[in-house]
Amino acid sequence: MRMRYIELAVGVFMIMGIIALVLMALRVSGLSLQSTGDTYTLKAHFENLGGLTERAKVSMAGVNIGNVTKIYLDSERYSAVVEMEINKSMNTLSTDSSAAILTSGLLGEKYIGLTVGAEMEYLKEGDWIDDTQSALVLEELIGRFLFNKAEG
Amino acid sequence: MLNKLQSLGQSGVATIESLGRATVLFIQSLGWGGPGSAGFSDLIRQIYSVGVRSLSIIIVAGFFVGMVLSLQGYTILVKFGSDSALGTLVSLTLLRELGPVIAALLFAGRAGSALTAEIGLMKATEQLSAMEMMGVDPLKRVITPRLWAGMISMPILALLFSTVGIWGGAFVAVDLLGIDGGSYWGNMQASVAFYEDVVKGLIKSCVFGMVITWIAVYQGYDSVPTSEGIGKATTQTVVISSLAILGLDFVLTAVMLGGI
Repeated sequence: MRMRYIELAVGVFMIMGIIALVLMALRVSGLSLQSTGDTYTLKAHFENLGGLTERAKVSMAGVNIGNVTKIYLDSERYSAVVEMEINKSMNTLSTDSSAAILTSGLLGEKYIGLTVGAEMEYLKEGDWIDDTQSALVLEELIGRFLFNKAEG
Repeated sequence: MLNKLQSLGQSGVATIESLGRATVLFIQSLGWGGPGSAGFSDLIRQIYSVGVRSLSIIIVAGFFVGMVLSLQGYTILVKFGSDSALGTLVSLTLLRELGPVIAALLFAGRAGSALTAEIGLMKATEQLSAMEMMGVDPLKRVITPRLWAGMISMPILALLFSTVGIWGGAFVAVDLLGIDGGSYWGNMQASVAFYEDVVKGLIKSCVFGMVITWIAVYQGYDSVPTSEGIGKATTQTVVISSLAILGLDFVLTAVMLGGI
């Protein structure tokens, strides 16, 4: 009887551990159960990422529709290439859609904002977004401002 | 002068000998099997006494640590208008550092000392010698299940500590301080990475569990079999394992997060 109680208690203990791990994975670190089959990949060149990281959000009109999966440097064009996966449910992005690196709030994290264009054809797996806008780098902005002041 | 030098050398030799005995004990008692070896039910019983009975202290402590972190973080973050980063602060602090470390310190005090006292008393009442007389290896019979129970229980306890702490922090932040629940959880999910933070915290707590139970069983097994000796060994367990946890935590953080 005593042993039965002990075994039950240890079983509950183990289950609690597993539940905690699942909670950590799903609720705290936001690991999604969606398989990669539910998304498609788009690529874009950017002049300057300004602190965009992998796993950053891709959003349209403020709604999260995907994530940045890979960032690397294009050694021919010397510009950054960002690969992002977009939810399959958002498969009606026109080919002239534009991507911009934005900041959430004044000091918040960087994310990619997509704005839809007017073309009737849609972007497909592996397509490039041509119209991109780099991150606002504060130092460059201040530099330009000072330069204009000096000239004017 | 020479006497002092001699006593220094003596203590040095004693320390190294003790380290050697501890290593031999660890290696010999890591594997299962052999005459009269402990079985699976002994492991279950040890997990019960080491892990399950530490649950209450771990959960209560975790809840309060999470609440205090949240309250303290809020008073500072709100000055910079970035109180939406509170979830990130609470979860990363708990997962990376406070969860494994405080859970391990509590574990050393609650379970480590009990292990040492138990094994020390077995030695004092000559139960260990009696086992040897019966041809039973006391290492395999007594030490092995305790060692494994500690190594299995510690990560679970640390994980529960962090989980309860994060929810305690959410309770203070969302329900008492009125921070938007969406920003608390959303910012947390955006900045906590499963492998980088959760799994690395788990690796830490596995190492801590191993070190604590190792120190505890060694101190008990190596204690002077008198009531005074057992008391001293119990104190030593708590002191040494607390220091080992704090030191190892720095080393592990430096190795896993890099930067050094």
